[in-house]
Amino acid sequence: MSAPHELVVRGGTVVDATGERRADVRVVDGVVAEVAEGLDAPAGATVLDAGGCVVAPGLVDLHTHLREPGREEAETIETGTRAAALGGYTAVVAMPNTDPPLDSAESVRNVHALAADALAEVAVAGAITVGRAGERLAPMAELAALGVRLFTDDGDGVQSAGLMRRALQYATGLGVVLGQHCEDRSLAAGGTMHEGAWSSRLGLAGMPAEAEEVMVARDIALSRATGGRVHFLHLSTAGSIDLVRRARAEGVPVTAEVAPHHFTLTDGCTAGYDPVFKVNPPLRPQDDVDAVKAALADGTADAIATDHAPHAPELKDLPFDQAPPGMLGLQTAFALAVTELDLPLARLLALLSWQPAALVGLDPGHGGAQGGPVAPGAAANLCVVDPTATWTVDPTAFASRSRNTPYAGRELTGRVRHTVRAGEPVVVDAEATR
Amino acid sequence: MSPFPTHLLSMDDLDADTVAEVLRVTDSFAEVGRRANPKVPALRGRTVATLFFEDSTRTRMSFETAAKRMSADVLSFSAGSSSVKKGESLRDTIETIQAIGMDAVIIRHSSSGVPARVAGWVDNCAVVNAGDGWHQHPTQALLDLYTVRQSLGGGPEGTGRFRGLRVTIVGDIRHSRVARSQITAYAALGAEVTLVAPATLLPPSLEGWPVARVSHDLDAVLGSTDVISLLRLQAERGSGEYVPTMREYSAGYALTARRALQLPPEAIILHPGPMVRGVEIASEVAELPSARITDQVGNGVAVRMAVLFLLLGRGPLDEAAA
Repeated sequence: MSAPHELVVRGGTVVDATGERRADVRVVDGVVAEVAEGLDAPAGATVLDAGGCVVAPGLVDLHTHLREPGREEAETIETGTRAAALGGYTAVVAMPNTDPPLDSAESVRNVHALAADALAEVAVAGAITVGRAGERLAPMAELAALGVRLFTDDGDGVQSAGLMRRALQYATGLGVVLGQHCEDRSLAAGGTMHEGAWSSRLGLAGMPAEAEEVMVARDIALSRATGGRVHFLHLSTAGSIDLVRRARAEGVPVTAEVAPHHFTLTDGCTAGYDPVFKVNPPLRPQDDVDAVKAALADGTADAIATDHAPHAPELKDLPFDQAPPGMLGLQTAFALAVTELDLPLARLLALLSWQPAALVGLDPGHGGAQGGPVAPGAAANLCVVDPTATWTVDPTAFASRSRNTPYAGRELTGRVRHTVRAGEPVVVDAEATR
Repeated sequence: MSPFPTHLLSMDDLDADTVAEVLRVTDSFAEVGRRANPKVPALRGRTVATLFFEDSTRTRMSFETAAKRMSADVLSFSAGSSSVKKGESLRDTIETIQAIGMDAVIIRHSSSGVPARVAGWVDNCAVVNAGDGWHQHPTQALLDLYTVRQSLGGGPEGTGRFRGLRVTIVGDIRHSRVARSQITAYAALGAEVTLVAPATLLPPSLEGWPVARVSHDLDAVLGSTDVISLLRLQAERGSGEYVPTMREYSAGYALTARRALQLPPEAIILHPGPMVRGVEIASEVAELPSARITDQVGNGVAVRMAVLFLLLGRGPLDEAAA
């Protein structure tokens, strides 16, 4: 289905950064034309029923592994953005740890071309270093010229403090943000889960909390010194969150995201050695889970980001220590937030939509089309969610090419009903239209 | 007493009464082992596979001898010679073995948790953990208990003598599946377990472990030790990096002849093997009468017969061991 000339979303409550009101939304040629109660649908217009639902700016995921190019058996841009659309997302930031990695203008252009017809906007994150090898800077200005606003070696942290400082200095001239996967390799190497009571009992090599925290502390110091913006990816420990909270109070230009699995699951989940619970950073004890939730409640975390990381089934059948880390996230993030977080829906939508959009310049304030208020003249990137509907997670029904969700069989509250991308209804009644 | 579990994956699967039962059944099979023809028909018609993804001489031989003495058919898979080398996945290997039809698979793997995962994949097939990563090696712990009970002269009801027994486990506990099984096993029977190691060779957390005390000073605990169990430094797993030098480790933690003299006269010395003489145990100490290291190996067969009987046996023990 291509975008209809005219579309009306009828019967819902509009929630965006400006507030909440009962209103219908009329979209003409991909742009919001009218937001008001009791709008008529002209003949020929597509009508989406939003009765009992919330109509919001489409969700924006700062952290998606689309796997293409290089790992198309696990996910493609097509399947990954379909999963995104079904999860209510109208934009995803594609992580650069593909094969080849997204460290050159050519590789970024390739992803842009592959994503031209995708079901969600694909914003590319570029690598900080060539080949993500942590040795020399990638051509950040060339990538920034193509619209790249977030750079990260995600999957690995930039181990060298000197190189990270140089990258931050260079980035200040480009107006881009550096995303750090905080993991000090000398502390975490060989680890396959959180180091603690469970890893000790299970006889698995652990990754201690301080492997994350020393890099958070280091990068706060580097951000303070250079003025360069650091965005902390998937923070998972109480210590990290405390460091970021204090740095922000002090005015250091750092931001943070957290992933749904870090506010829903603990390291005890790995007791059966099922690699579906293996993820990096690892699942942590309850105190850390509580700290992640507190970070979302008090604003220390700016965004919920999925770290959607598809892996082919045979890789998740390997022994725990040999299986790759990562879990699916796009189709469960919204419902997990509704189910597990004791926050008002408007706060959840801020964390899932307009705050992440602004963080990487995808918002109207930076010339983008995501996360903006639902108002006349705005691009029609919308999600329609039913915050009270319950459903059971069935991985076989996922649009993703992979099945590695740790939530199979879980009943969740909060369902994505429709997703509209640039005026096109890409998801209608929880089914993708293409 | 709770029924014997379907699989033997961890010492955590066995309560104190079940452990006592294993030791009682072991007595019967130890007697079989002393006969001129040490073979009974207890598992005739049953098929047992040993599936060793990690090299091991003594454990594999011990399990295969145990199964053969009970007249089971024994199939032997080793990672080095099977399709695993050709890239077959663990799950496919297990499905193949399951299709051939096995009553039990005995698994050793360098990755912790593999026997537990396999147990979730098989039907009507008992899984025995013969050592997984740093996690567990339950039959080793059981044979240690049996050897200690034998030394205490307890007889069939001798498990009562473990109450208050002072057991000291020395060495690379962090990387030791044997230690994880031993600690649970001794504590289940009421022994007081002391761990002795440099802090780098202890697990990162001992939360929830049934350990009475931890010491970094071997000399200080020898005088109050009834059983000392020495562990090998797992150099092949990089344990050498956890201490500055082997010399320094030995100076602090090896059971030397001088240290052995500090043990009470009735104390016994155990080592799960393979021993590295001169690193964790002095050669002359390994030869002392109080060292029961070769008894441990001999008892291993009887203990494994008992475990296989409890998992697979049908009918009463006195017939099985007749």
